[in-house]
Amino acid sequence: MDTNDKGVRKIVDMITGFARSNSLFMLAYGTGCGDIEIPPAMTSRYDWERFGYRKMATPRQADVLLISGYLATKTLKRVIRSYEQMQEPKYVVAFGSCTINGGMYWDSYNTIKMLDHYIPVDVYINGCMPRPEAVMSGLFDLQEQIKKGEANGAQKYRENLEWYRGNQKKVIKNWVMPEYNW
Amino acid sequence: MEDILKLLGGAAATMLLAFVVGATYGGLVRKIIARTQNRVGPPWYQNFVDISKLYMKDTAVHHGVMQHIGPAFAITASVTVLMFVPVLREGGWFPWFENLNFKGDIIFLIYMMVFGSLGMALGIGQTGNPNASIGVSRGLSMMVGYEIPFVLSLVSVMVQTHTTSITGLMEWQTQNGWLMFEAPFAFITMLLAILGMFHYAPFDIAHAPSEIASGPPSEFGGKYLAMMMTSGSIFAFAKLVFLVDVFMNGASNLVMLVVKTLLLYMVPVLYGAVSPRYRTEQAIRYLWGWPVFFGIIALIYSIYI
Repeated sequence: MDTNDKGVRKIVDMITGFARSNSLFMLAYGTGCGDIEIPPAMTSRYDWERFGYRKMATPRQADVLLISGYLATKTLKRVIRSYEQMQEPKYVVAFGSCTINGGMYWDSYNTIKMLDHYIPVDVYINGCMPRPEAVMSGLFDLQEQIKKGEANGAQKYRENLEWYRGNQKKVIKNWVMPEYNW
Repeated sequence: MEDILKLLGGAAATMLLAFVVGATYGGLVRKIIARTQNRVGPPWYQNFVDISKLYMKDTAVHHGVMQHIGPAFAITASVTVLMFVPVLREGGWFPWFENLNFKGDIIFLIYMMVFGSLGMALGIGQTGNPNASIGVSRGLSMMVGYEIPFVLSLVSVMVQTHTTSITGLMEWQTQNGWLMFEAPFAFITMLLAILGMFHYAPFDIAHAPSEIASGPPSEFGGKYLAMMMTSGSIFAFAKLVFLVDVFMNGASNLVMLVVKTLLLYMVPVLYGAVSPRYRTEQAIRYLWGWPVFFGIIALIYSIYI
């Protein structure tokens, strides 16, 4: 069987898309106030387990990194470590206006303003704070992107690693990490 | 040559059956736990989707050789246990393949059931993750807890029936009635021991979600996690079939097998769905308390009956 054949490719893509989009293991990085919206989304009120989402405790097992809120430069370092320890394919979902433009912390001296300059973000959910409905709507968007094969933030990160590294080192002064955290 | 092919085919078919039934049970358990918490829960096939996704993930983590061998140990032990447990009462369950279920004896199985966890513990030791090490120490302490009532129950059954072979036990039961009723104290002991054996709450101290990350598999992702989930599904099925063989005279067809194993499986699952989590010493104190008491009574009962 020719694996590069168009029809075969299409079927394989369909199966991988279905499996990847219907089984999202989340690593919730509770940096800011946004983390309080995750318990209602996963418990009996909104119950995101019915869509196959599941909360994972370690970056090794996770597919999705939820950045819930503002990031101080100190926490950014931990986020980078966690993100690089995740196994591909991996996605990033950013919550709240703080990750988009700094939000209410826009003139703070030690928070970053645009998360997209430091790690690649696949889906932004705006609001301050987004309600659980908004969180789940954002995750549906991510599912659609995965099905279409458009959620390739990890690939972007790998290709532009130098640019991302430069931005990261600009704000993290005491960089004592290895060049890539396996 | 044809015999060997038949045996291998039977073994592969048995493995597939164990995986499908075990993973479906896993999905049902998630659904049942969700319903007790007033949630909808994932679809019953969620475990299959999870496992196939995990097999498609990259696994670019290297901590040492044992880390790569650990999951292989786990799945080897699960499959070996499965191969020694007769799935159905009358030989092969698959029409044109022979079954590879030897007339294995119980003492061997008691040893073999521990092998997977020990192999995993070796593999996890090399990852150097502190959460995983805590999980392993908790898991091995728990094992010391539940193995004693488990072995007491099986020994009393063996004393009562004068045989150590599983097929021998099933022949005895066909003549004298189910051991569930003939050896009631041994059955009670086993019910209490499997609460610990299946690692559901309140005995989920080894994996302890959100307490010590995800416990032993903390450092394992992607294909290794998928391998562990596959191994867990097969092992759960093998353990359930073993218990059904010993206490409920096996099953004559697959439908009866599913009914009996599901009934038995619901004991730890439903008890777990409404329970919080023990601490390590509480769990061991529990398992060395009433279960061992019933186990000793079962032993005395089996000698004097």
